[in-house]
Amino acid sequence: MEILQHLLGANWGFVIWKLICAVLLVVPLTIFVAYLTFAERKLLGYMHARLGANRVGPKGLLQPFADLFKFVFKELLVPTKASGKVFTAAPMIILICALVTWAVVPLSPTLVFTNVNAGLLYVAAISSLGVYGIVLAGWAGNSKYSFLGGVRATAQMISYELAMGFALVGVLMVSGTLNLIDIVKGQSSGMLGGSILSWNFIPLFPFFLVYLISGVAETNRAPFDVCEGESEIVAGFFVEYSGTTFALFMLAEYVNMVLVSTMTALLFLGGWLSPFPTSWGILGAPNMAYLVIKVCILLFGFIWYRATFPRYRYDQIMRLGWKVFLPITLIWIFVLGAWMVSPLSIWR
Amino acid sequence: MLQTVFFYVFSVILVISALQVILAKNPIHSVLFLILAFVTSSCLWIMLNVEFLALTLILVYVGAVMVLFLFVVMMLDIDIETMRKGFWKNLPLALCLGLVVLAEMVMVLVTKPVVVYQITQTDNSISNSNQLGWMLYTKYSYPVELASVILLLGLVVAVALTLRPSSKNAKYQNIAKQVAVSKTGRIEMVKMQAEKVEVIVDEKVGKDKEVSV
Repeated sequence: MEILQHLLGANWGFVIWKLICAVLLVVPLTIFVAYLTFAERKLLGYMHARLGANRVGPKGLLQPFADLFKFVFKELLVPTKASGKVFTAAPMIILICALVTWAVVPLSPTLVFTNVNAGLLYVAAISSLGVYGIVLAGWAGNSKYSFLGGVRATAQMISYELAMGFALVGVLMVSGTLNLIDIVKGQSSGMLGGSILSWNFIPLFPFFLVYLISGVAETNRAPFDVCEGESEIVAGFFVEYSGTTFALFMLAEYVNMVLVSTMTALLFLGGWLSPFPTSWGILGAPNMAYLVIKVCILLFGFIWYRATFPRYRYDQIMRLGWKVFLPITLIWIFVLGAWMVSPLSIWR
Repeated sequence: MLQTVFFYVFSVILVISALQVILAKNPIHSVLFLILAFVTSSCLWIMLNVEFLALTLILVYVGAVMVLFLFVVMMLDIDIETMRKGFWKNLPLALCLGLVVLAEMVMVLVTKPVVVYQITQTDNSISNSNQLGWMLYTKYSYPVELASVILLLGLVVAVALTLRPSSKNAKYQNIAKQVAVSKTGRIEMVKMQAEKVEVIVDEKVGKDKEVSV
């Protein structure tokens, strides 16, 4: 960074340095996502008692790249009655919103693109923009199926955003900061000297559950994937998309999955903190590997739910969001507030 | 220097998108330009170091309010031609109103010196949102409570206006009843005799024909 600032001046050196960092962030993320799709195919295969992708490369390991090249070399089709510019912009919006959120997500106390004070608020704000990509994709294709998918997705995402927001309020109350690194640091002390028992998910268990399930609903994954319910509305909001634009939708969906898992790990599962007490030496020391393991476990959960649960009916989804999750989070905020001012508080 | 460049870039985008909100022919495009205007103004606020307000603008207005706007506008069947019919008829009144609003804005800017209450940013370690929270819940706690009561009232009234539980057409589902359904209540196993099939030869066609008895 100093070299670049020396060569190009303080400002432009900083800008170029940040651009390089952005590439260094996005490229590993994309590769991770590519192998996440592969892992999903293999895991679903095993759960269905079949083999899964195993033809391309050793053990099928090159399958994601085969998929990618297939998408890239396909023809891009734009329906004649589609609203051209919006139709092209929609997949870009959805992917940009998915990637931009990563700017504030820390992977270790030092490995973070920008350490902003309002990190949690930033994540909430930018991830609420992703819905535009979906609703515009649904509208611009000028097809009834995609429009229905877009409308369903919008209603669902707005409903679950509320419950997610209230779950974040709970974390905020406990940690007293919006900075993601400080939120993780706040979980490093407490019962048993910063082990698994001092993480947020124990005192905030209702919020943890609500956040986890709302995360599945927010990313439109099974069993909440009515907006792409293929048995009713073909493929939902991206039914008119082909080739690379379709690949962008898939990429955004998986990036969002990784993001939700990482946020759950950071907010409730102690991020890079070790599950063992800090007095255990190397095992108890914070390490980025712990974060990766936690994220992978949560992602495995995403795939597991998909293989296990049948799709919810639409009114059941709405009922769960508004009549179950919202009251639970509201009540637990009151309980938490009372707990925090009472002498029994564990956050002093 | 870089700050100035960004300021002008965002300002130009903001002004153009604000103009496009009223000039765009397609109402959906108008809404989209309004969203762009919100996002760019939020970028400008971030450049003023008020990250809490900027992010709340995106979270509340862009993330929730404008999505519903877009939703409603998509559902409406708007005919542009009929909307344009009254243009010349309504132009004088609209022009007068516009001029009055413009004059008011100019007068406010010219006559009164703009007073900006500045939160004392002495310490960078205390974040902007933290300071704003302190101000809202200590100095301005009564206005905040008052505003929240008014909003609650609006919420209750909106629900009361739209919710009509006495309507005869309303269909409600008893979720507890749906959940309590068991397999035995839905499926009944019936033992059936297998159908007897007699094979006779149809003379005219010359094929075997199956006739169930």
